[in-house]
Amino acid sequence: MKNRLKVLRAERDWTQARLAAELDVSRQTVNAIEKGKFDPSLPLAFKAARLFGMAIEDIFQDEEGP
Amino acid sequence: MNTSKTDTGGWQARQRKNTVRLRYWTSAWVLSLAFAAFGPKLLWDFNTGLTILGVVINLAVGFGMIVANKQYVQGLDEMHRKIFLDAGALSLGIGLVCGLGYELLEDIKLIAFQPEISHLIILMCLTFLAGLIMGHRKYQ
Repeated sequence: MKNRLKVLRAERDWTQARLAAELDVSRQTVNAIEKGKFDPSLPLAFKAARLFGMAIEDIFQDEEGP
Repeated sequence: MNTSKTDTGGWQARQRKNTVRLRYWTSAWVLSLAFAAFGPKLLWDFNTGLTILGVVINLAVGFGMIVANKQYVQGLDEMHRKIFLDAGALSLGIGLVCGLGYELLEDIKLIAFQPEISHLIILMCLTFLAGLIMGHRKYQ
């Protein structure tokens, strides 16, 4: 699953640690999500969407597509 | 809505607290196990009442350790919980297969010595540790 977390974080000039604190997860988890190595759960994806004030599908996209 | 947790370090603080609690309970359990194992011979000359007390204390502290471990796992974030779960599954599977295989070796006279439960525990601990390392490397 692709995501725009790194871009959104960079736009706000946030570190991974800052984003991790906002999402209440570890920095390693944020890093793994940004690299596409770990897919977040739906609650965590909603949390990220709320944090950035966006829809979930604007942050996370299915790589396989329709 | 103020969602900032940067100053309070929510996840990190919670994790540190749970880790310290688990460390205390694990240390207490190891001590209580040593107390129950060596006490009868070295401290109270196999007095039945004291021996039972030692075993009961060991079980009670062991239960506390299990609860602390449960709280530790619940406090992990979802990726670390997955790593922990995967390592646990690997350890349990290898422990079951190798443990029963090891026991079988003695039953069918392929080894001359009695299999020790401690060997199985060591194998499961090493497997769990290897599983944790592999999990962390996978998501690095």
